[in-house]
Amino acid sequence: MTRYFLKQESQKDKQKPQNKGNEGSIKELRTFKRPKYKSSIEKSQKEIDALVTVVKYKRKAWRGRKYEDDKLAGARVQAPWNRKSKRVPVPEDKLAHHSRGEGLSGDGIKTDFHQKKLKKHEANIEFSIEQAARAEILLPEESGFLLADEGELTTQFTQQQIASSVDITSATKHFDLHLAEFGPYRMNYSRNGRFLLIGGRRGHVAAMDWVTKKLLCEVNVMEAVYDVQWLHVETMFAVAQKQWVYVYDNQGIELHCIKKLNKILHMEFLPYHFLLATASEEGYLSWLDISIGKMVSQFNTRMGRLNLMTLNPYNAVVCLGHSKGIVTMWSPNVKEPLSKMLCHQHPLQSLAIDSQGQYMATAAVDRTLKIWDVRKLEGPLQQYKLHAVASNLAFSQRGLLAIGMGNVVEVYRDCCQRPADRPYLRHRLFKRIGNMQFCPYEDVLGVASDSGFTSLIIPGSGEPNFDALESNPFQSKSQRRESEVKSLLEKIQPEFITLDPTVITDVHIPTLRDKVEAKKKLLFLKPPKIDFQPRNKSGKKKGTVKVAQTKRIVREEQRREFVKTLKDAGIGEITSPQNTESSSVSVKHKPFTALDRFKPKKKKEEG
Amino acid sequence: MKVKVLCRNPDYYLRETKRDIYKVPRNYEPSLHPFEGLREYTRALNAVKLERVFAKPFVGNLDGHQDGVSCFGKHPQRLSLLVSGSYDGEVRLWDLPQQKCVRNFRAHDGFVRGIAFLPDGQQFVTVGDDKTIKMWKTDLPDWGEEEEPTNTYISKSVIMGVSHHQKEPMFATCGELCQVWEEDRNEPIRTFQWGVDSLHDVSFNPIETNLLAACASDRSIILYDTRDIGPIRKVIMTLRSNRLCWNPMEAFIFTCANEDYNLYTFDTRKLKQPLQVHMDHVSAVTAIDYAPTGKEFVSGGYDKSLRIFEHGKSHSRDIYHTKRMQRLTCVLWSMDNKYILCGSDEMNIRMWKARSAEKLGVLRPREKTALNYSEALKRKFGSHPQISRIARHRQVPKHVYHAQKELRTIKLKQKRKEANRRAHSKPGTVPFLSEKKKHIVEEQE
Repeated sequence: MTRYFLKQESQKDKQKPQNKGNEGSIKELRTFKRPKYKSSIEKSQKEIDALVTVVKYKRKAWRGRKYEDDKLAGARVQAPWNRKSKRVPVPEDKLAHHSRGEGLSGDGIKTDFHQKKLKKHEANIEFSIEQAARAEILLPEESGFLLADEGELTTQFTQQQIASSVDITSATKHFDLHLAEFGPYRMNYSRNGRFLLIGGRRGHVAAMDWVTKKLLCEVNVMEAVYDVQWLHVETMFAVAQKQWVYVYDNQGIELHCIKKLNKILHMEFLPYHFLLATASEEGYLSWLDISIGKMVSQFNTRMGRLNLMTLNPYNAVVCLGHSKGIVTMWSPNVKEPLSKMLCHQHPLQSLAIDSQGQYMATAAVDRTLKIWDVRKLEGPLQQYKLHAVASNLAFSQRGLLAIGMGNVVEVYRDCCQRPADRPYLRHRLFKRIGNMQFCPYEDVLGVASDSGFTSLIIPGSGEPNFDALESNPFQSKSQRRESEVKSLLEKIQPEFITLDPTVITDVHIPTLRDKVEAKKKLLFLKPPKIDFQPRNKSGKKKGTVKVAQTKRIVREEQRREFVKTLKDAGIGEITSPQNTESSSVSVKHKPFTALDRFKPKKKKEEG
Repeated sequence: MKVKVLCRNPDYYLRETKRDIYKVPRNYEPSLHPFEGLREYTRALNAVKLERVFAKPFVGNLDGHQDGVSCFGKHPQRLSLLVSGSYDGEVRLWDLPQQKCVRNFRAHDGFVRGIAFLPDGQQFVTVGDDKTIKMWKTDLPDWGEEEEPTNTYISKSVIMGVSHHQKEPMFATCGELCQVWEEDRNEPIRTFQWGVDSLHDVSFNPIETNLLAACASDRSIILYDTRDIGPIRKVIMTLRSNRLCWNPMEAFIFTCANEDYNLYTFDTRKLKQPLQVHMDHVSAVTAIDYAPTGKEFVSGGYDKSLRIFEHGKSHSRDIYHTKRMQRLTCVLWSMDNKYILCGSDEMNIRMWKARSAEKLGVLRPREKTALNYSEALKRKFGSHPQISRIARHRQVPKHVYHAQKELRTIKLKQKRKEANRRAHSKPGTVPFLSEKKKHIVEEQE
C-alpha cells in the first residue's frame, strides 16, 4: 500500500520522466529475451514490481452492530434532501410562493419511530417545494412589458402605436371585427386561450381560432342570444338564447336544447367540476353537470333578476351582484348564500374576481370601484372614484384589471394592493362595451361591443408559461382527447364546492371528538323502561301517531337523562381499561348511596 | 417606448415530426393548478376503486393429489419448486411456473405429517404416521433408479411434525416427545419432555437457530433450547394452538394459530401476554406462514378462507376464498414475497398473489411511477371515510358473513353482561381484562 502511494507521489512530482520510464518499460518487456540488455531486464523487473501493488486485504473483526452502524452513518449515501448541497440556495420568497403551509413540528408525538417518520415526510415535502421553486429557472418565456421613456406615460400609447412597434405576429393580435348588424355582442375565450366565441344579441354566433383567424363555424340561431360560453373542450359551446340554453358543437350543429335552463342571462363554466352554472332572469340559479347531463342543483335565489354573475376560480363559488349593493356567494349544496357582502350603497354594476381568488373588484352606479379581499371576506382594500360608471370589469392572469366604462377601456396595474393613480393603458371604442375578457396565456384583452369585437394588446397581462397538463394552446387533437379523458376521471364532485377548497387536506378534528363522544355514549347499561301514558286532555280520541310520538319523545328524554346521570357518576368514563385500573378514579366517582350518610364525614381539605 | 408582447415560437412547443413525442412544458406555479387537494382526493378515490377492480388474487390450481393435502415443504433457494404431502402418504414435487407435478412417490403409510428441507436444499425430510422419518433427494432419480429414500430413521413413538435446523445437520420431530436428531445417527440425540403432553407442531427458529418451539395438545406452547437439557418455558392458553411460525426477521417473535379463531403474536422474552391478538377468522385456525419480509403473515383455517395479516395489526388486510376451497390444512408464503400457496382438504393446492391487485410481469417505468403515485395518494387520503370504506370492503362467503354476525352478537352480549355486572357489583370486584390477557392461562418456567 505504502509503495503505491509513494509511487503516486513520485508520479506527481515528475510526471514527464515517469511517463518516459513507462514507455521504456514497455519496450523492455518486448525485448525481454535479448540477453544483451541484462541490466535493463533487471530494471524492468523493478519497474514491474513498482507497478504491481500488492494490497493485502484483511478482514476486520466484528465489533458489534452498533459500532458498524456508527461507522456506516458517516459513510452512508445521504438522501438528496439531507445532503448539504453546494447548489445555489433558492430565494426565500420563491420558496414561500410554492409553500404548502408550515408543516408539523412533531411535538407531542410520543414514539421516536413516528417522530422520525414524520420528519422524513416533512423533509420530502420541503424537498418538493424546493424543486418546484428551483424549476422556475427552466421556464422558457418571460412576460411582456411596456415601458415609457422619460416624459412619457404608458397611458398615452395607442393600440396602433403598440402594434406598429411589436413584431408582426404580435401585431396581428390587435384586430377589429366590424359586425354592426347583429347588435350588442358577448364573447368568451376558451380555457387555453386559443379559441374565441362571440354571440350577437340578434342571433349571430361565431366560433373561431383567433390566432390563425380561422373560422370554425358561424350560424345565426334566429333568436336572441344573451350569453355564450365554451365548455371543457373547444368542440362544444353553450349559448343562452331567448328561451333556453342550447349546446352546439364546433361546426355549429345543435347538440342539445336544455329546456330546464330557461331565460338565462349569464353562464359560467367550472372546468374542474364539469358544471355549467347559469343565472336566470327569474332569479333561478342552476348548476348543470355537462358530463352526465344531470341538473345538480337548481333553486330560486329570491334575489330578483340575476344579471351580474362571476365565478371565483379559486373555490368554484358563484358570485352574484345585486341591485342592493350586495354580493352573494353560492354553492350548489346550500340553498342560502354562503356569504353576503354589502359592498356598496348603490346598485352594483359589475363584478370580477382575480384568477387566484384573492381579490374581488366591484363597481356600483355611483362610479365607485372597490377592491375586496375575497378569502377573508374583508375590505375594501382599495376604493376608487371613477370618472364614469364601470359597466365591465375583468382581471387578467397576472392581476391586471380592465375597466370598461361606456365605450372606454382602461387597464390598471397593481391596483389591488396599493392605490393606482393612473391607468396603465386606455382605449376608446366606437360603441358601448358588451363584455370583455383577458385571453389566457396571451397579452390580449378581448372586448365585445355593440359593433363587433376588438382585440387589444395589453403587454404583461397574460401568464407567459403554460402548463401543458392543465391547458395547452398548442394542443393537438389526440392530446385534447387524452386530456379530456383525464380530466373527466378526476372530475371534482359538486359536493366539494365550499368557500375553502383546502378543507379536504386538513385534519378533521370535530369528527374525532364526535367519535369519542359516541364511544362514551356506548353504554352497556339498560335504561329503565318507562311506561308512560299521555294524558288525554280534550277527552276526544286522539290519533295513535300523536300518542306514540309523545311517548317516544318522553322515552328519549328519559334515556338521555339517564345516560347523563351515569356520566356524571363516572360510569360513562369507563371505556378504556387503563382508566379504571387506577382505582382512585373509580373511588372518586363512587355513587352516593342511601347508607353513605352514616359514614364519617370527610375533611374539607381533602374535598 | 419599450414594449414586449408575449409571442411564442411554435417550434418550441410543437413536435418536429409525427414520430416524435409531444412536448409537454410544465409550470409548477400554484395558481395554475387550482383545487390541488380536491383533485388529489378524487385521484385517490379512483386509485382505491381501481385497486378493488383489479383485485383478482387467484393465480392457479395444482391438482393431482388423491387425498387431502397435509403439509408443504418450502425450498430455501428455489422459487419454482414446491413439495407437498398428502393424507394417503404421497409426496408430490411441483413445478410452480408451469403448474405441473414433476415427481410423485409414496413416502409413508398413512398421513405425511411434515416436510422439511435441509438448509442446502439438496434433500428433504418427511415424517409420517408410520413412525418413520425419511430423507429424500430433491433432484429426480436417474434413469432406471428407483425412488428410494437416502436415509430412513425409525422412531419409537408417533411423529406429528418435523423441522430442520437452519445451519447444522440436525432436525427436530414432535409427537409424544420432542426429539432432536442428527442426520447421520439413527437414534435421537436429545429428547425433551414436560409433563405428559403430546406435541403436534415443532419449529426451529430461523435466526436464533438453537431455539425450538412446539405446540402441545395441553393448550401450551413450549420453548426449548437444543443446547440445553430440558425445555426453557411454556405458556398455557385457554385453547390449544395448532400451528406456530417464527418471524423470519425478528428472532424473538413468533405467531401461533389457535383453536379459538384467533392468532397470537408472542415475544419469547415476555410470554405473559401476547404482543398482538389477530382476530378475523370465524373458525379454528390451522395454518400460518410468515412472509420472508416478516411484515406480514398468512393464515388459513376451518372457515375455508385465507387471511393476510400485517405484523402488529389485529385485523386482516385481506381475505381470499373460492367457492370450492374447503378447510385449509397448510399455507406457504413464497420466498419472493409475491405468492401464497394453500393446500386444502379437497386435494387441491391453490396459488394466490400476495397482493391481490398487483400486476404480474415486468412494469414499464411509466406504469411504475403511476402505481407509486397512486400508492402515495392512497396513503395520504387513507383515513378519509369514503376511501377507507372502499379499501376495507370485502365480499365474504355467506357462511363467513353469517358467522361474523353471530360472533359479533356473542361478543356484544358478553360485553354487555360484563358491564351490567360491573355496574351492579361493588366497584373493583369485576376487573377489566384486556383481550390480550383473556386468552392466557399462565406462563411456566
